[in-house]
Amino acid sequence: MSDLKSLYQEIILDHNRHPRNFRKMEEASCSVDGYNPLCGDHYTIYLKMDHECITEIAFQGSGCAISKASASVMSTVLTGKTRSEAEELFEKFHHLVRGEVTGDKDAQYLGKLAAFAGVSEFPARVKCAILPWHTMKNALEEKKETVSTE
Amino acid sequence: MKNTAKISNHPARTFSVEEVRKDFPILSMSVYGKPLAYLDNAASSQKPNAVIDALGQYYRSENSNVHRGVHYLSEVATKKYETARVTVQKFLNAESEREILFVRGATEAINLVAATFGRKNIHAGDEVLITELEHHSNIVPWQMLCEEQGARLRVVPINDAGEIELEEFDRLLSGKTKIAALSHISNALGTVNPIKRMIQMAHQHGVPVLVDGAQAVPHLRIDVRDLDADFYAFSAHKVFGPTGLGVLYGKANLLESMPPYQGGGDMIKSVTFEKTIFNDIPHKFEAGTPHIAGAIGLAAAIDYLDAFDWNVVQHYKQALLHSATETLSAIEGLKIIGTAKEKAGVLSFVLEGIHPHDIGTILDQEGIAIRTGHHCAQPIMQKYGIPATARASFAFYNTEEEIHTLLAGIRKVKKVFGHV
Repeated sequence: MSDLKSLYQEIILDHNRHPRNFRKMEEASCSVDGYNPLCGDHYTIYLKMDHECITEIAFQGSGCAISKASASVMSTVLTGKTRSEAEELFEKFHHLVRGEVTGDKDAQYLGKLAAFAGVSEFPARVKCAILPWHTMKNALEEKKETVSTE
Repeated sequence: MKNTAKISNHPARTFSVEEVRKDFPILSMSVYGKPLAYLDNAASSQKPNAVIDALGQYYRSENSNVHRGVHYLSEVATKKYETARVTVQKFLNAESEREILFVRGATEAINLVAATFGRKNIHAGDEVLITELEHHSNIVPWQMLCEEQGARLRVVPINDAGEIELEEFDRLLSGKTKIAALSHISNALGTVNPIKRMIQMAHQHGVPVLVDGAQAVPHLRIDVRDLDADFYAFSAHKVFGPTGLGVLYGKANLLESMPPYQGGGDMIKSVTFEKTIFNDIPHKFEAGTPHIAGAIGLAAAIDYLDAFDWNVVQHYKQALLHSATETLSAIEGLKIIGTAKEKAGVLSFVLEGIHPHDIGTILDQEGIAIRTGHHCAQPIMQKYGIPATARASFAFYNTEEEIHTLLAGIRKVKKVFGHV
């Protein structure tokens, strides 16, 4: 049986209750909408870039605890990261929520993001966790179209 | 309850929920070690042995194509398929079995009417009238038709309780209205619409009415002649029958006046490269090999249901919904969405500070199956300013005990989120 506690970790509940960087960014370099039509999760991710570096990241929108906490934790983790570091974390986060991370080294690298490992036991919720990341990636690539995880 | 008709005076079986549950093998299963509490009946209902066995028997000893061969099996399959049509005709109290079309589901039934009746009769400047309560399947086909024909889609609003504003309905009916497409029961809120009265109102303006009965057929006895519905659509899988099969009832004169839906085998009398003569109704609308087993399965579901006194079953289900409403209303922070006076089968709710998707995942771990999301009725969610709801929906095999399981499950949801 999958364990609810592994899904709803304290850090996830905390970021859901008190999302960080949860605001509209007027001076964003790029913003993209992400939408999950099945459950109605809807977020806008704002990035402020200085050359190759993400200097600020913010988000707005609504959705379930997993998607909101994922956006919030992502925003704290990616602030100050370079484009390539963000892309690498995107890949690693994908592996994590799909249950493909096994090594301690990866887990260490993921830091706070490791709290989302439990999502892999709930296949219906994987798309909740990855929606903000996909949206962020499109913003990085300056693709303007709305991201959909369906 | 309104719209009841044709109650059998001599039911073959006395209704007992314990006995009924034994007829549905899936209800005794466990999910994550917990007994299944299946409260997602508005999405799809479970199947009794009578239906499962009818499907098995058809494929084991009756399977062949219909209306084709001279051989034994083809005759058996044809007879069973056409007998199923008569069973549906009697179930709906239609005048003739020629008025019963087998289609893929309620969605295809509505699309069929839009594509045939709609294309023939709805043109630039005309209007199609629907309500704010509709499922996407009774919005999108009309939207597509209006786009194609240059017609206008008009929407009757609902009040805060989730009831149709009848005065607005009356106001929107006009000489321009070429069809009204109305749900009988809302899948998202459970509102039972005063459909007979609405049909009368539409007919006063000479407007034909299609009723989307997908949610109503499992809950009410439908009498299409008493309602005077012009079209009535439903899906077999929501009324304890198989998936992939639906019914469109249409008044014979309307069906006869409509062009065919799809071309192919079985819908023709004769074909030359110059001209095809179409078959008579209902076959004109059933191109290709139909879902024979599905129709036989639906007939088995109807026969199964008809053994009970519907008044008794109805009373039991209404008591269950009432009890669930009372029980859940007492939970702090829980708000019921859809509080119409006349409701059936559906309890939609939201919990303060907790997204329905999280509710669904936590309840699932307790063996409770509910639906979360927009229920293919996004305009309703927009009306209430919410992205989604959690929806428990009931059938006659659900129990008081399952409502208590649901209550305990919702308490657990609140505990996980620290809202105790």
